[in-house]
Order: sequence, then structure tokens, then C-alpha cells
Amino acid sequence: MNQSSLNTFKSSSGFYALFYKEVKRFWRVSFQTVAAPVLTAILYLMIFGHVLEDHVKVYDAIGYTAFLIPGLVMMSLLQNSFANTSSSLIQSKITGNLIFVLLAPLSHFEFFSAYVLAAMVRGVVVGAGVFLATCWFTDISFYQPLWILVFGLLSAALLAALGLIAGIWAEKFDQLAAFQNFFIMPATMLSGVFYSIHSLPPIWQTISHFNPFFYMIDGFRYGFFGISDVSPWLSLVIISVFFLGVAALTLKLLSTGYKLRH
Amino acid sequence: MSAIEFKNLSKNYDTLLALDDINLSIEEGEFFGLLGPNGAGKTTLISILAGLCKPSHGHVKVMGHDVQSDFRAARRLLGVVPQELVFDPFFNVRETLEFQSGYFGIGNNDAWIDEIMHHLGLTDKADKNMRALSGGMKRRVLVAQALVHRPPVIVLDEPTAGVDVELRQSLWKFISRLNQEGHTIVLTTHYLEEAEQLCNRIAMLKKGQVVALDTTANLLARVKNPNAIDGDLEDVFMQIMQEESAS
Repeated sequence: MNQSSLNTFKSSSGFYALFYKEVKRFWRVSFQTVAAPVLTAILYLMIFGHVLEDHVKVYDAIGYTAFLIPGLVMMSLLQNSFANTSSSLIQSKITGNLIFVLLAPLSHFEFFSAYVLAAMVRGVVVGAGVFLATCWFTDISFYQPLWILVFGLLSAALLAALGLIAGIWAEKFDQLAAFQNFFIMPATMLSGVFYSIHSLPPIWQTISHFNPFFYMIDGFRYGFFGISDVSPWLSLVIISVFFLGVAALTLKLLSTGYKLRH
Repeated sequence: MSAIEFKNLSKNYDTLLALDDINLSIEEGEFFGLLGPNGAGKTTLISILAGLCKPSHGHVKVMGHDVQSDFRAARRLLGVVPQELVFDPFFNVRETLEFQSGYFGIGNNDAWIDEIMHHLGLTDKADKNMRALSGGMKRRVLVAQALVHRPPVIVLDEPTAGVDVELRQSLWKFISRLNQEGHTIVLTTHYLEEAEQLCNRIAMLKKGQVVALDTTANLLARVKNPNAIDGDLEDVFMQIMQEESAS
């Protein structure tokens, strides 16, 4: 990304500038925002894959390492999509530079779209990085790439919108960390990244069905192997409904100026 | 048409009445001063004008466009220099100005950005990260950001707070030139000699109300009477504030 590309805005909408700024922001610190989560995922794969490969069989035809890779890709994608919107917004709020965006003639929909799309870019870049770094560990198939794409993009959008809500709501980093560590992190870790819910006791299987993150990872994994714990169509409907609900709530908060325009 | 029009404007923060039924028109081409002690409501007034906070009652228009219902048009016509020294630490000066221009939907704005940087003495800092700038230089960038979309109405909220003499002079020279070219300027400052020298008309606020509104010359004439010790705006300001406290 160079200076001349910044000068290509020809539209009368500020959306492009805000989107580009948000992408450039995370790219400027790509060691922290891209390389670090990829390394974390590799460590998960090396440790869990090595320890459990010969002890855990989730699906008959699929080794544990192969099973783990789509889960790690999706987990990284989700966490980074959330982190991008939430951290950018809270930093801008606390340092005060959000004023430059608030002074501009941006509608709440343009604000939402720019932040969410930029976060999706980060989520997809990190997810692709995790896949490229881990696919060497075992053979992995693409049963239906379209499902991979649909679940990846929709889930990234959902977490990006959730990140916006967290960023709008939080007034200090501590509150955002609580949202991330006590809600997003457990929900992703307990969604079937490391296991199939069929291996859980019945009560935990039931509880898992109330976790929307489970449907994201299960549907995403279906795209790789053609096997899933529930129908990918069911997962798609549930995630779509969640996304629409979260997006509507985010747009409502932005349009009313909740905690942004007092 | 007024450049800015405040009509029956009130703002409550819970039980605190920050603005109390403000009615004020600022005409096109004016250099208007908004003065008052801390907590008078100056920044709240500007925040509502800029769309940063919502009025509890009343309306504000910029060049005839309501800042709430027609916010896109209103914001395009308005440039605001905020009071706080805020910046985005990820970017350099040129990027900061290009992004700000982009937020207003203006691309290929290099010629104007170069001109603003030249007039504000920022040209040799264009590629410096915002974190590396001194406080005065950051203040210049804030002014540049407010001007990047060529707004006809410019609001400066205490732009010279903590700024050295050199910047103050170059800033006022540039802003005066913009005013001579037809831009409407609204200035809040605690440096009353600046307001006296620059502003054609002044409003004084106290406890959310306009307690004085007149041309600078007429305000100064108030103390140019036998009972006055001196005759500058500071005396007028003190006199009016004391009268309001007594009433």
C-alpha cells in the first residue's frame, strides 16, 4: 500500500478512506496483528497435534491433525476479526482521535461497513496465514470450497460487528479485555475447535448447541471434509440470523450515537 | 442566510443545564468570538454544532443545513479544530491529512494539502509520524485537518492554548487570510487580546447563557466611560461576568 493508492478515492463517500485507514492501521503492526496469531496457531497444532494424533479419532477417515487445522484457522479468523474492530475503536475513543471520524459526513452504515470490512480483511489474512503455515503438517482436502468461503466470511463479519459493539460499549481497556477474555475466548475455545461435540457428555452436547461459535466452526469444517456434527444448512441459518441481529444492534447503537455522540 | 444559527438550543447532562435556550446567528464572513469562563458552555455549543453531541432541545444550522437531520451537508460545510491535542499515532502528517480528506470524499487533494502544510509550516514534517511531533506541531496538524475539505465555516476551539508565539502569529495570519477570502471563523479562546484583535463580533457565555452579544467595538465602548479604569476586552469581560454574578 503506497501513497498513490491512497489518492485514488474518487467517490463522494468517506467509506473508502475509513476502510483503507483501518486496513493500513493493522498492517502497520502486522507482526502483532498477523504474524503473532499465526505463530500461536502453529504452536497449538504442534502441541495438540503431536500429543493427540494417535489417541484421538474424531472422524474415521480423518486424522486428528487434519481435523484440528480448520478449527484453528476459524478460531484465529474469529478472534482477529473481533480484535480489529474492538481494539481500533477503543483506542480511538481513549486517545480521542475518533473525533476525526465523527466530524466527517459519514453515515452510521458507512462507519459500520468500513470497520467491519477492514476487520474481515484482517480475519481472512490471519486465517489464510494459519492455513498456509499448518497445511504442511498433514494432507488436507477441500470438499466444498464455497462452504469454506461462506462460513469464513459470514463468521468474520459477525465477530467484527460484535467487536464494534464491544468497542462502543467499553470505556476502558479493562472492560474490553473482560469482554474478550470472558466471552469471546471461552466461546471460541469451547466451540469444537479441538474436538467434536459428539465426544462430549450429553449435557455438554446440549450446551454446545447454544453456542453460536460451534455452528461457525462446524460449518467451516464441513467445507473441508464433508462431515459435520449438524447440517451445514442449519449452521448457515443460525449464523445468518445471529449476524443480522448483531448487525442491526450495532447499526442502532451507531445511529443513536450511544457512547459516541453524547 | 446565516453561516451558523442556534435556535432555542438547550443541553442537559442529567441535572446539569450546560446550555440554556441559546439563540444566536453568526453571519457569513464574520470573525466571531465565543468567550466565557471555564464551564460556560462554549465547548458544548461547538460539540453540538459539530454533531459530536446531541441537543436536548432546539436546532442548529450550518449554512441553512440542520446538523442533525441534514448532517452530511452540514458537516461538509464545517471545519472544526478541537480543543484537545488528539492524533492518530499510526500515521504520518501527510497520511493524516489524506485520510481526513478521504473521510469527506475528496481524493486527489494533494495540491490543497501541500498548500495548507506550507502555510502552517508543516511541509518539512510531512513524512514524520504524528508521535514524533512537538505539541505545537500537532496543533498545526489539527488546524490543517479542519481545513482539508475547504469548509466555508471554520470553528477553532482554543487553538492557541499552549502554543508558542511564532505559531500563534503564523496561525492568525493564515486564518485572517481565510476570513478575508470569505470564510466564516468562530473562535473560542481564553486569550482575550486575540479575540479583541481578530473578532468583529463577540458573544460572552456564562452558565450556559449568552450574557453579552455585540460588535467588538461596541463591547469595548462599554468600558470607555468615565467609570472605567482601562479599556480592553479583559475589562469588559470581567465587568460583564461580575454583573451577571451580582444579578
